[in-house]
Amino acid sequence: MNMLVTPTSPATPNGTTRPQVRIVIVGHVDHGKSTLVGRLLHETGSLPDGKLEMLKAVSARRGMPFEWSFLLDALQTERDQGITIDTTQIRFRTNSRDIVLIDAPGHAEFLRNMITGASQADGAVLIIDALEGVRDQTRRHGYLLHLLGVKQVAVVVNKMDRVNFSADRFKEISDEISAHLNGLGVTPTAVIPISARDGDGVAERTDRIGWYKGPTVVEALDRLEPARPLEALALRLPVQAIYKFDDRRIVAGRIESGSLIAGDEIVIMPAGKIAKIKSVESWPVTPVTGRQGAGRSVGITLDRELFIERGDIIAHASTAPRETRRLRARIFWLHDKPLAKGDQLLVRCGPKESRATVVAIEKAVDPGELSSSENKAIGRNHVGEIDISLSNPIATDPYTENPRTGRLVIEVSGRIAGGGLVLSVDAGQRAVPVDIVPVESALRADERSARYRHNGAVVWLTGLPASGKSTLAKALERRLFTNGGSPILLDGDTLRAGLNSDLGFSAADRSENIRRLAEVATHLARNGHIAIVAAVSPAREDRATARRIADTAFREIHVATPAEVCEERDPKGHYKKARAGALASFTGIGDDYEAPQAAELVIDTSTRTVTEATDEIEQMLKSSGVLFDEVVDLAANI
Amino acid sequence: MHLLKGNSGADGLGFAASVSEQKAVEQTAPSMDHLDQLEAQSIYILREAFARLKKIALLWSLGKDSNVMIWLARKAFFGRVPFPALHVDTGKKFPEMYHFRDHYGKEWELDLRVEPCPPIDAVDPTLPPAARSAARKTEGLKMALAKYGFDGLIAGIRRDEEATRAKERVFSPRGLEGNWDVRDQPPEFWDHFNASPPQGAHLRIHPILHWTEADIWAYTKRENIPIIPLYLAKDGKRYRSLGDQDITNPVNSNASTIDEILAELEQTKVPERAGRALDHETEDAFERLRVAGYL
Repeated sequence: MNMLVTPTSPATPNGTTRPQVRIVIVGHVDHGKSTLVGRLLHETGSLPDGKLEMLKAVSARRGMPFEWSFLLDALQTERDQGITIDTTQIRFRTNSRDIVLIDAPGHAEFLRNMITGASQADGAVLIIDALEGVRDQTRRHGYLLHLLGVKQVAVVVNKMDRVNFSADRFKEISDEISAHLNGLGVTPTAVIPISARDGDGVAERTDRIGWYKGPTVVEALDRLEPARPLEALALRLPVQAIYKFDDRRIVAGRIESGSLIAGDEIVIMPAGKIAKIKSVESWPVTPVTGRQGAGRSVGITLDRELFIERGDIIAHASTAPRETRRLRARIFWLHDKPLAKGDQLLVRCGPKESRATVVAIEKAVDPGELSSSENKAIGRNHVGEIDISLSNPIATDPYTENPRTGRLVIEVSGRIAGGGLVLSVDAGQRAVPVDIVPVESALRADERSARYRHNGAVVWLTGLPASGKSTLAKALERRLFTNGGSPILLDGDTLRAGLNSDLGFSAADRSENIRRLAEVATHLARNGHIAIVAAVSPAREDRATARRIADTAFREIHVATPAEVCEERDPKGHYKKARAGALASFTGIGDDYEAPQAAELVIDTSTRTVTEATDEIEQMLKSSGVLFDEVVDLAANI
Repeated sequence: MHLLKGNSGADGLGFAASVSEQKAVEQTAPSMDHLDQLEAQSIYILREAFARLKKIALLWSLGKDSNVMIWLARKAFFGRVPFPALHVDTGKKFPEMYHFRDHYGKEWELDLRVEPCPPIDAVDPTLPPAARSAARKTEGLKMALAKYGFDGLIAGIRRDEEATRAKERVFSPRGLEGNWDVRDQPPEFWDHFNASPPQGAHLRIHPILHWTEADIWAYTKRENIPIIPLYLAKDGKRYRSLGDQDITNPVNSNASTIDEILAELEQTKVPERAGRALDHETEDAFERLRVAGYL
């Protein structure tokens, strides 16, 4: 026998000699999962003292025969219903493994709990009733193991006592399930005949299954390999947050694959910005000097101040993930309402989130059915392949290249409604057509800046209507032009009359309006001009998009004139109309303006003159390297 | 100006790549042991809670688990816990616990909020005595929630402590009354958490759900985290779990160091909360408490 009834080996947390393996037991309802678990616990001497006796006493008191599964049914509600409703975690030991056993419910009603349990597992035991054979939930669980990325699957054919330990019946079931799993690309590590109730095949090969030569359940568990951190793959550090608790600006996240060390050249996706890792911060000792591998939660500082946000992915430049607005995924769906073409979703890829639209649905089937017909929508507890279009670009990998970053979850109304694997990015559609060849300007940036005495920039004035953005923009334009520069005014309302005349005031249209302003402004900035954008741009996310597009050229100015002052000014009569209800979606009288948190400059126009305010902007542009300082520049020419 | 966008900078990346490839050859990362893995996972959870919720607090019970949790929070946030530590005080803790709280609350620079519990008369009289006492703490917690309007509370429960806790999610939604609906828990997988509690409700966040009692002690030792001396045996007895003085009993033990505790845990089959009276009053007392919002 393989079991250590009284454990004598060193404690796992100290010793680390014994690998810990997390397993899940899945299968059709009533095929005997809880019984197998109860039996495994007993056989391995893992039960707390008195637990068995206590449960036997409880059974007697309730007038029920004792069942091994009672050991797991710790919840009153379960005993009432006679089914396990959620995952529990139980630990025991085999010869060379510490096993964390995650029980998962077989009842179709609780598939979300099965998925919650199985997603944490390194390996799985798929249990089948010898009498009933392969059932819909057996197939469904097999399919989900594949989707969840659980590759080590041992099959047990339970209740062999009910079929008189028939080798023929066993072979029949074994062939059927092996064919199903092989079809999904999963090769079972073993197919084992057992009677969980009596103990045959669990820890011992009894005479009754004398015809079986393979491993027992315990031996099969003993051969499972723990999940390995994906250090050999390319670096993927999804950014969880940027912390500025002190004078350090720490980019925090968990390394999902690969490794990093201070000094590495990295690229931040999806923006594609380049930087070098200055240090790896930690606590209580910091900085740490060694290489940090996959699985570590780390914090790094960079050698330059870049705009980075939660959800960006840090990678090495030569092996960066692909940036996409379009991807194909194979998903399972748990929501009551079927997923259909055109549905709006929230997609999460690691810490990154993006709104998304389902563009196409294919292969929508019930994985429990033997020969499913394809549906137009993906029903609850069903699977399918979807093409989704993302409103923000994300950086991701196909799951075949990176199983950690190549997966996503889908949220509906703030609740996880499904998840799956990224099959491909861009899905061959709406990628940048190859016949578009951007033409570079004939002039170099430094030729222009030598003439204009400034670098290209996007000066973005945001604030409530009537806060003074256009007035300041015009004053700044005049000032820069007088000094020989090349300013160009891009007024939000003016562009709405032409370039953006197709856009309304819905959230999506406002976002698109801002994106176009930012693209035009950035093009001007790249060519050495100072684009002055005056736009309410109330949504923080939209301005973050603009900053991402313009990158280091971006200078945000918050025109923070108090709301009462703006309303009193009301040069276009908008506030009056809005108060009278004649102007829908008007920013200013609600609380829908999201003030910047880290603007380069904040100006309250109610407490200074236009000239004073323009002075401040000029000063900011000087100190942040847009306008050339006269003295330094003269000195440079001597 | 260096304006680099999307894929347009491909030709500029070749040099960077060769540098990092050289580095990879120079040195491989040290492998992570069991405690390293637990720690990294807990830090990930704490950072997710801080990033995705608006107003959170950490429930500091002063016990070994919540001290580990504070330590992990300091690691996650590079030294200082960036949200309040909430101690819902029954007024009946051991003097050693109050001393510990006041001392380390200062030393660890915690934003400590001590909140009282209502008198025992205000609590459901149909509960058995110890459960009623614990339910008082739940009421105190509800009062603190109402006072501060937290949308997330970080709690140091573990799956291996007690069967109903094994059913928990890492991000666990609570109803408006602070109640736990074990039958309608959202799916949670691949470290994606449901972080949108309904208006007025809150989330419990469980960063050490996946730890065991032995893990807690091994980590406490490795990191040299201070503990309340009541955990170490004196005159043949020690506390495995610390609650209110009147409903917590010591266990027989000669383990006077953490190493000896770990050795003891290797052999014992007595559950950790054996000394907690409330777990043993009726089969369903603990679950009833948890449904009502107890930790």
